Amino acid sequence: MPFEAVVEQAVKPFDGALWRDLAELGVLSLRTRENDGGLGLGMAEAVLVFAELGRRLLPGPLIWSALIAGLLPEVGKGGLVVTGLDQTRPASGPLMIEHWEGSNTLIVLDVEGVRRIETDALQARAVETPLDPLTPVHQIHALPPGERLADSATCQRLWSEGALLTAAQQLGIAVATLEYATSYALEREQFDRPIGSFQAIKHMLADMLVRKEQAMAAVYAAAATMDGRGVDDPQRMISTAKLIAGEAAHKNARGCLQIYGGMGYVWEMPPHFYLKRAFVLENGFGTMDEHADRIADRLGASATR
Amino acid sequence: MDLRYSEADQVFRHALRTWLAEAVPARGKSPSIHDWEARRAYDTGWQRKLFDAGYAGINWPKEFGGRGASLMEELIYYEEMSRANAPGVGMNFVGVRHGGPTLIAEGTDQQKADHLPRILRGEEVWCQGFSEPNAGSDLAALRTSAVRDGDHYVVNGQKIWTSFGHVADFCELLVRTDSNSKHGGISWLVMPMDLDGIEIRPLPTLHGESDFSEMFLENVRIPIENRVGEENDGWRVTNVTLRFERGTAWAADIVHLQQTLVSLCELARATTRDEETAWNDRALRREIGHLSAEVESVWAMVKLQVSELAKTGVPGLGGSVIKLAYTELNQRVFELGTRLLGRAALSRDDVDGMPSLGMVDRYLQTLSLTIAAGSSQIQRNIISERMLGMPKEPRAN
Repeated sequence: MPFEAVVEQAVKPFDGALWRDLAELGVLSLRTRENDGGLGLGMAEAVLVFAELGRRLLPGPLIWSALIAGLLPEVGKGGLVVTGLDQTRPASGPLMIEHWEGSNTLIVLDVEGVRRIETDALQARAVETPLDPLTPVHQIHALPPGERLADSATCQRLWSEGALLTAAQQLGIAVATLEYATSYALEREQFDRPIGSFQAIKHMLADMLVRKEQAMAAVYAAAATMDGRGVDDPQRMISTAKLIAGEAAHKNARGCLQIYGGMGYVWEMPPHFYLKRAFVLENGFGTMDEHADRIADRLGASATR
Repeated sequence: MDLRYSEADQVFRHALRTWLAEAVPARGKSPSIHDWEARRAYDTGWQRKLFDAGYAGINWPKEFGGRGASLMEELIYYEEMSRANAPGVGMNFVGVRHGGPTLIAEGTDQQKADHLPRILRGEEVWCQGFSEPNAGSDLAALRTSAVRDGDHYVVNGQKIWTSFGHVADFCELLVRTDSNSKHGGISWLVMPMDLDGIEIRPLPTLHGESDFSEMFLENVRIPIENRVGEENDGWRVTNVTLRFERGTAWAADIVHLQQTLVSLCELARATTRDEETAWNDRALRREIGHLSAEVESVWAMVKLQVSELAKTGVPGLGGSVIKLAYTELNQRVFELGTRLLGRAALSRDDVDGMPSLGMVDRYLQTLSLTIAAGSSQIQRNIISERMLGMPKEPRAN
């Protein structure tokens, strides 16, 4: 998708045609068993797809669909569109829901398990100016109980998968912003030389590459571990991936914006779209700080042994 | 990507672990950093033990007495060495990791026979004569000259950062044999350290030890047969050891860093602040968690590099990426350690029996990591030029 198309996408509400295409490609049912009409892929394959979705800034409730399609196969076919809310660590503050428009069902993850609430039953107010132009946000004030869909064990599994698929999208952002910054540094000339010939820029790019490689290794290793092809504690690996990929997405988007110079501050240029998406993803399925705490708790437990 | 170990790998790990469980405690405490005789005996004694047990030269080919280990076995080797807190390679470093591999790739049969078995058995200690006062990051600018006189080179010049210069038996020496070509005028020589005209001056570091030295060479006569590779081909010869670099060079240190973070948790539990343990300080815990994620991801990078290499057989430029990430991370971990100690960090030794885990000492040692073996700045140039295609820095030739 050329970047102009991404900018155009920003003003559209919910793109039903795009959603049907994604469903047909199997993107929404990657993790659904083949018997239920899905692709039956492991996390190792799913993270590759989600990294690409992140790299291309694809809009829509992608992660919630991939998570829930295993429980509600219709989601994978694109017939039922779900969005979700992570309440596993309830906090005060507004209940903000992404991609409400076009969704029929709200999925809630909390300590007791997975619930589904029909969106008709809810009063939602559209946020007038969402931070990410490609992620419309609605606010709700109360959550009715809805219908119990799965127990807390399933909920924990979905949360873990959600965290890792989010990390994969963050990896995609780190990749894309490095790509944009690299080509811009080679094209843009000042003082009669490409700006990429100056160490000030070169070293920023090198740091961006290191962060991208670190995020990629962390995401792949966590995915292999979740698929049972690893030797480490999967929860620690997932938190590592979400934290490292989150940091890579945010810092690489910032680096890209800086390397674009004045053009980085312009609406029709790529950097801010990626930076804003990085903010959205950072606030889904555990922030960097929450994952750092989870890792420290596990490390502390191993220190007492 | 499959991170599990095969049955053969598990067998290798088990045998090594069993051996280490006995061999490491038997080695006893390492000697004082200032007692050079004892240090040499300790380091070469350990090398000999490794040799007798069949673990010397883990990545050397079998025909030269090495283990010929697979990539995964090599990774396991470093992991287990680190877990068992085994003695490091110490002053065997240059011989085992650098000089020996160079001879394997480029040496004559005679050179191989003379040195390889002795290096593996811990009978020969090597030092490195590469850097000069005016040739650091720009190594190819070196000026130490070698002029032919009959069947000898007559060598004059000055080297610096020569580790273990005053206890070494041989030196891998880079000299200039042609002043008209920068990279194409360098030769690689094996210099016996007992020749006339070699003066070694220890160069104490900020850490207080004198592992490094300056080396002054005045009319040192080195036999031409001691040259490795062709005359003026030394720059290429220098780079062949990269063939031995399989992305595993930092493996032991990275495993060790993860263990250091566990020790930091223990230290935090034993440290009291505001009538609570430092472990109850959420900001500190979070920082430990964050650093742990970084160490874990660098370890994942090593494993990813190894699994890619096993598949394609082509080593990537990932070495620079891992070196840059690991060394800067290492400094941050030990910085946190010294902050946790607070005023106790004003002493390099334990105060009042409160174990400081050598945090301050080790912090001081980490300061060299981002400078040695290609500074962080040189690594960033390499990454941006060779991996991202940025225009090259201006250079001669």
